[in-house]
Amino acid sequence: MPPSTDRPRAQKVPLRPGDRIFSGASTGAGVLILVVLAGVAAFLIVEAWPSLTAPAEDIPGGEGVAVYVWPLLFGTLISAIFALLIASPLAVAIALFVTYYSPRRIAQVLGYLIDLLAAVPSIIYGLWGFTVLAPLTVEPANWLSENLGFIPLFAGPPSATGRTMLVAIIVLAVMILPIITAVVREAFRQTPRLHEEASLALGATRWEMIRMAALPFGRSSIVGASMLGLGRALGETMAVAIVLSVSGGVTFNLISSANPSTIAANIALQFPESSGIAVNTLIASGLVLFAITLAVNMAARAVINRRKEFSGAN
Amino acid sequence: MAKRIEVKDLDIYYDKFLAVQGVSMTIQPRSVTALIGPSGCGKSTFLRTLNRMHELVPNARVDGKIFMDDDDLYGPGVDPVNVRRQIGMVFQRPNPFPTMSIYDNVAAGLKLNNKRMRRSEMDDVVERALRSANLWEEVKDRLGKPGSGLSGGQQQRLCIARAIAVQPDVLLMDEPCSALDPISTQAIEDLMLELKEKYTIVIVTHNMQQAARVSDMTGFFNLQGVGKPGELVEIDETTKIFSTPSKKATEDYISGRFG
Repeated sequence: MPPSTDRPRAQKVPLRPGDRIFSGASTGAGVLILVVLAGVAAFLIVEAWPSLTAPAEDIPGGEGVAVYVWPLLFGTLISAIFALLIASPLAVAIALFVTYYSPRRIAQVLGYLIDLLAAVPSIIYGLWGFTVLAPLTVEPANWLSENLGFIPLFAGPPSATGRTMLVAIIVLAVMILPIITAVVREAFRQTPRLHEEASLALGATRWEMIRMAALPFGRSSIVGASMLGLGRALGETMAVAIVLSVSGGVTFNLISSANPSTIAANIALQFPESSGIAVNTLIASGLVLFAITLAVNMAARAVINRRKEFSGAN
Repeated sequence: MAKRIEVKDLDIYYDKFLAVQGVSMTIQPRSVTALIGPSGCGKSTFLRTLNRMHELVPNARVDGKIFMDDDDLYGPGVDPVNVRRQIGMVFQRPNPFPTMSIYDNVAAGLKLNNKRMRRSEMDDVVERALRSANLWEEVKDRLGKPGSGLSGGQQQRLCIARAIAVQPDVLLMDEPCSALDPISTQAIEDLMLELKEKYTIVIVTHNMQQAARVSDMTGFFNLQGVGKPGELVEIDETTKIFSTPSKKATEDYISGRFG
């Protein structure tokens, strides 16, 4: 008879106080996260509710919440997504350079610098974008609209001040670069020596080894880090508020002076001067941002899980 | 296919530290050559110089010559990547790529060596390699599944299939059975006897019975003394090494008197 059938029911294992305290504390921490999340969601929904039910003409702009939020949402998404498109390949490239190509001493210094960049407050990035980067982009933007104007992104007319969506995107990209790089670099550093050697012994060049061993191994980290960066870009407030010259409207044109604002920047700029239903509307836009961020994170999780059995974790 | 390796006065360094000194030997094609010796005597290090894996350690280098047939493996202008494409290697711990399917693991080397290969052609080579590694029957219905889902012994045979799929001239094995149970070990040993019909095989092993079972030639490595570099004490036919070795140290080692 297999031992499992006649074994007495699970014996009481004596509980040790240390185990009990630790399991209690960690369970509490886990529950706390859920409570906070639920609290935030509840607050947003309750506070946004009046604007959702109010007649359209009471909402700032006079055409209802959806019309008010849509350009902001569009601005938020376009700035964050383009920033991610710039930052994540660059971050992967930097992480690969630091891990596999640079001499050890340079790698160390670079590592510190990247971590340092992550600690710079966003308002500094905003000031830099406003005072340094924006004027610098005026000339290139002119060139882009003249020569690549047929691409909707560069349709122009180019802004004379340079406070364009393009600059906001670049500033955001620079801001999220360090966090993505730091996470991805950590992943590459943990690529098992075993797998690196397996590919090298097959006659892989260094780049082929990276493609066979390092990139697949770091794949979920790259996705995770990108989502972390995207989350930061979506929610970034001050840098965008300072850089972007806003006129509302939905456009893919990145270099003109007419730009949609982003949800976070709009809240920061409008909140001090708002009252009544306008506040509720701003909070409704915050609710949308909250939902988007949540969706992004869940999507990232789904992407990572899809190829779980190939992840190397087993 | 199956080339002869000739090593002449090889000194192996880690930076300034001389790890192995003065190795000369000839490794015959279509045979199994076993390298035995106590831990830390440099036999694995020596093995890794044969396919120029040794130099991947920062500041590691060698002095001396290694010829494969008439090619100088350390000659000027020789690309170590090309050397490794001709000399396959199997490691101590099975290391299939966890992110790849069984099929892709076997095809990995092919994709490096021969970028344009028709799918049907590739299928044939993968099947042949898996059959040669005595793994085909066990995995043919799940070629798309990850290689990491196999048992340890199957994973090691998968690694052998991966190594022989590119038809190397020489196959190096660094303690290929030390992480495996006796049944899987037997499977790998049987496989070695089949593979030596086509390949030159060099195996490092701690298991003297294994060396006696599978090898035609056995080389005994030992440290010259505490803190001194390792050396090749002698290399001879396996039957001779295990019955009447010509050096006292060899006899002491195989009879278990030390080490």
